[in-house]
Amino acid sequence: MNAAKVLDAKGLACPMPIVKTKKAIGEIESGQVLEVHTTDKGAVKDLAAWTESTGHELLKHEDDNGVLKFWIKKG
Amino acid sequence: MKAMTAKEVTKKVINNEELFILDVRNETDFNDWKIEGRNFEYLNVPYFDLLDGVEPILDKIPADKELLVVCAKEGSSVMVAEMLEEAGRDASYLTGGMKSWSEYLEPVKVGDLKDGGEMYQFVRIGKGCLSYMVISNGEAAIVDATRMTDVFTDFAAEKNAEIKHVFDTHLHADHISGGRKIAEKTGASYWLPPKDAEEVTFEYNRLEDGNEVMIGSTKISIQAIYSPGHTIGSTSFVVDDQYLLSGDILFIDSIGRPDLAGKAGDWAGDLRETLYKRYKDLSGELVVMPAHFMIIEELNEDGSVSEKLGTLFANNHGLNIEDEGEFRKLVSENLPPQPNAYQEIRETNMGKISPDEEKQREMEIGPNRCAVR
Repeated sequence: MNAAKVLDAKGLACPMPIVKTKKAIGEIESGQVLEVHTTDKGAVKDLAAWTESTGHELLKHEDDNGVLKFWIKKG
Repeated sequence: MKAMTAKEVTKKVINNEELFILDVRNETDFNDWKIEGRNFEYLNVPYFDLLDGVEPILDKIPADKELLVVCAKEGSSVMVAEMLEEAGRDASYLTGGMKSWSEYLEPVKVGDLKDGGEMYQFVRIGKGCLSYMVISNGEAAIVDATRMTDVFTDFAAEKNAEIKHVFDTHLHADHISGGRKIAEKTGASYWLPPKDAEEVTFEYNRLEDGNEVMIGSTKISIQAIYSPGHTIGSTSFVVDDQYLLSGDILFIDSIGRPDLAGKAGDWAGDLRETLYKRYKDLSGELVVMPAHFMIIEELNEDGSVSEKLGTLFANNHGLNIEDEGEFRKLVSENLPPQPNAYQEIRETNMGKISPDEEKQREMEIGPNRCAVR
């Protein structure tokens, strides 16, 4: 998947992964994809709920050896 | 901005104080499990909806009530509490979040034993688990210990008591037992019902019907009664001819569910036999002390959870279903969801897997869900 931007939020605890995701998504254009890497397990539910409430689209997420990766399309 | 500990929140629960809780976890987690108090009020707004400011929710938070912000681990509640302080509100955050709420144990003395010993109940307020310590003449026995083993070993040390025996009434499915660890650390004997322990990977003492153990030289007897139903091995204890430790068979306002080891149909009959025959034959004066509570209404005024067996036979719906078919239906159909990660928890308690502490915490998140009402 072609990401316009990759955000490395590994090692950061809640709420920082989402605080940084919000900032990073402000820096890309609508329709572009942001790739987020985090190690905070709480992010799975929180990012899904956040994208839904903000009108972005969570395209997919995967667990790559403990690093959680998310692809979010800006709404 | 102040920190409020799980211990302080527990005091408020027990004293029926008022508290306004702003829970900033996502909606699913909040609906699944939250801090319960008789006079607590709640507002659930996820922290990620408050990143631009708390102004939109200020009018939903009463200015005249003590305010506590709660999240999963602490970080987000600190952020939101700071924002509220900047907006001119006094706000506290919960130290360690729901993680520490799940792990906090409140020791409550529940009674004296005939020869000067003492009986303590450890109330795991956030998850509804209850553990017990019998202390007499410098010796202690523990029943259904949680994985926060330091709480038990420190408490025994404070009471100058040596832990001699550690029991589990059954193989738990909702929380990770600390029994084996305490026994290893202190040299105490660890007892498990053999019928629940067929797959365990460690040595243990066989806990069987009629076993009797003495604590201290004052002969406090702990008498085992085979009482299957929640699991096939479930065993109850009568302590000092006064207390009935009922494990997950009988609770204050509900009864045990027979399906967590996968055999609701087979064990419904055992459960009925235990409750309607074996327990019925015991003295109604025995004080029932279960391994769980489900709702805050089950707490006594001092925060303990107990009731006379005779009173439960009069008031507990699960003990008053005459028709066997109806009983079978209640305990095997429309059961509540199973506890989080219950299969992994059972395997951990059998010694088959050894998850790290962080993983253990995560497995135990949520309410215990061991009962049917």
